[in-house]
Amino acid sequence: MTKEDISQAVIDIIQEILPDEDMGGLDQEKPLRDQLELDSMDFLDIVMELRKRYSVEVPEKDYMELNTLQSTVQYLQPKMESL
Amino acid sequence: MAVRGVKGVKDKYDCIVIGAGLGGLTCANRLARAGRSVLLLEQHSQLGGLATWFRRKNHIFDVALHGFPVGMIKTVRKYWSKDISGRIVQLKGIRFDNPQFQLQTTYDKVDFIKLLTGRFKVDQQTVDNFFAHVRAMNFYDDDGRTVGELFEEFFPGRDDIVRLLMEPITYANGSTLNDPAISYGIVFSNFMSKGVFTFIGGTDLFINMLEEELVKNGVDVRTKALVERIIYDGDKITGVVVNGETIRAGSVVSNANLKTTLLDLLDDGALSGKFRSETEAVRINNSSSQVYIGIKEGEKIEPIGDLLFTSVAEKFDTAKMLSKDVTSRTFSVYYPELRPGQDKYTIVSSSNSRYEDWADLSEEQYQADKKALAEDTLDRLEKYVPNIRSIHDHLEVATPRTFKRYTLHVDGSSFGTKFEGLPISQDLHKEVAGLFHTGSVAIIMSGWLGAANYGVIVANEVDRYLGV
Ligand SMILES: Cc1cc2nc3c(=O)[nH]c(=O)nc-3n(C[C@H](O)[C@H](O)[C@H](O)COP(=O)(O)OP(=O)(O)OC[C@H]3O[C@@H](n4cnc5c(N)ncnc54)[C@H](O)[C@@H]3O)c2cc1C
Repeated sequence: MTKEDISQAVIDIIQEILPDEDMGGLDQEKPLRDQLELDSMDFLDIVMELRKRYSVEVPEKDYMELNTLQSTVQYLQPKMESL
Repeated sequence: MAVRGVKGVKDKYDCIVIGAGLGGLTCANRLARAGRSVLLLEQHSQLGGLATWFRRKNHIFDVALHGFPVGMIKTVRKYWSKDISGRIVQLKGIRFDNPQFQLQTTYDKVDFIKLLTGRFKVDQQTVDNFFAHVRAMNFYDDDGRTVGELFEEFFPGRDDIVRLLMEPITYANGSTLNDPAISYGIVFSNFMSKGVFTFIGGTDLFINMLEEELVKNGVDVRTKALVERIIYDGDKITGVVVNGETIRAGSVVSNANLKTTLLDLLDDGALSGKFRSETEAVRINNSSSQVYIGIKEGEKIEPIGDLLFTSVAEKFDTAKMLSKDVTSRTFSVYYPELRPGQDKYTIVSSSNSRYEDWADLSEEQYQADKKALAEDTLDRLEKYVPNIRSIHDHLEVATPRTFKRYTLHVDGSSFGTKFEGLPISQDLHKEVAGLFHTGSVAIIMSGWLGAANYGVIVANEVDRYLGV
């Protein structure tokens, strides 16, 4: 998967978790939490969906890598580029 | 729909969930949706655990539906369905009546600020600081303070304010002024933000809708299925013994009481001496007593509020609230709107209670004490519903013994364990590979919302353990 694919995959997952949020104007570099009503339960959902859809494991110690969309894509790239 | 007994189960599942309380139910559903095969085993004939109901004559009594925080809407929508979450509505008539004050509130932040700065005459800055402080509380900078110390800092000497802010929480989860401030902060922030909510259709419809969803998602749901043992092969968990039969599983989640799970169900040798002694030291939360009152068909109750926190004790006092000599009662009044299409009223009176006060009574004394509690409750209720004695046609009492009988909780605990139960519950899978616990522990994981969310958190751990 390319960086764009990974970014879209993450956005798709978040959109499914938060169906009422507008994902259009998301700033890549700003914390997701500041732009969306994402709580800690939502982050667990993201981690679980990544495992289910792409067999990617995000250990608890790496949760802070999911801070912005950019940092998330950067973190996931080595795990997902071969998919 | 759920099948009774374990006839026809598969011989192996990815996960077996023991107990169908809100923690177990939500965990099972989350795992099934993640593609795992799940067997849910409940010893009772009905799902729901403490989130339960029962029928008498033409009445339906809700046991644990006094109200829950707004967060339940999102949790139910995400982990169950929009149809189910769409039935959650706010309860607006929350009343307090005690020797220190009488008031009605919508029990949300805006109204509380108005009350505190108006009627209780606290300056705006102090109130703002209190809310900001409580909101910001989290585990990472827990300063080890107690709830009592927290109140003393913001509202020194104001036991009326302590009563306003604490009494409902004490009912909701049994916490006292000696519990960690952090647990109060989290629960209070949850409840306080937007008020108290209920489920249109009642507990029976709620649990039935959850059951339908479980079946739709492929969970094998079994009632009258008592787990007797959790099997440990010296290395990891491999299954359970239920109704005398062995069923294998890649993982086991217990929604049964934390202490029962580890000290009674789990094979010997699975726990290290240290973990075992820490588990033995975990304190259990208090239990409850309730009086259920059914109103005759055709009779009405004028609107007197939905949830009435009443007390005749001069001051807020958690020891008094637990005493068998009941001075404090929460009345939940259920109007016909709760179950549309049925013109029924019921009232449930709840008090916190200690198991040991009821445990060893002779049968005769037990019946006499139950009767006294029922009569005393009617006396108190007359203040709000003057003709209650003539308009009710059903009167029944539940004690800590009743709660124990139906949920098998140690000492009939209504709200799981005290705070020290949390690390035991959370770290269990690190101690015993493949074994997880979910359900009421440590106050913050209790209540409908806490238990359901904890079920999801644990589902994530189980899913990780099972691997990709
Ligand atoms: C009187 C009362 C009023 C309450 N009111 C409210 C309220 O208004 N709002 C709110 O949010 N919360 C309320 N609560 C608290 C709330 O109901 C509980 O915290 C929550 O439902 C507990 O869920 P749980 O997941 O811990 O499981 P539990 O409900 O404790 O269920 C555990 C399940 O495991 C089963 N089980 C145990 N052992 C075995 C075994 N060996 N094999 C198979 N099955 C087993 C039990 O039968 C039970 O079904 C109330 C509680 C009580 C007692």
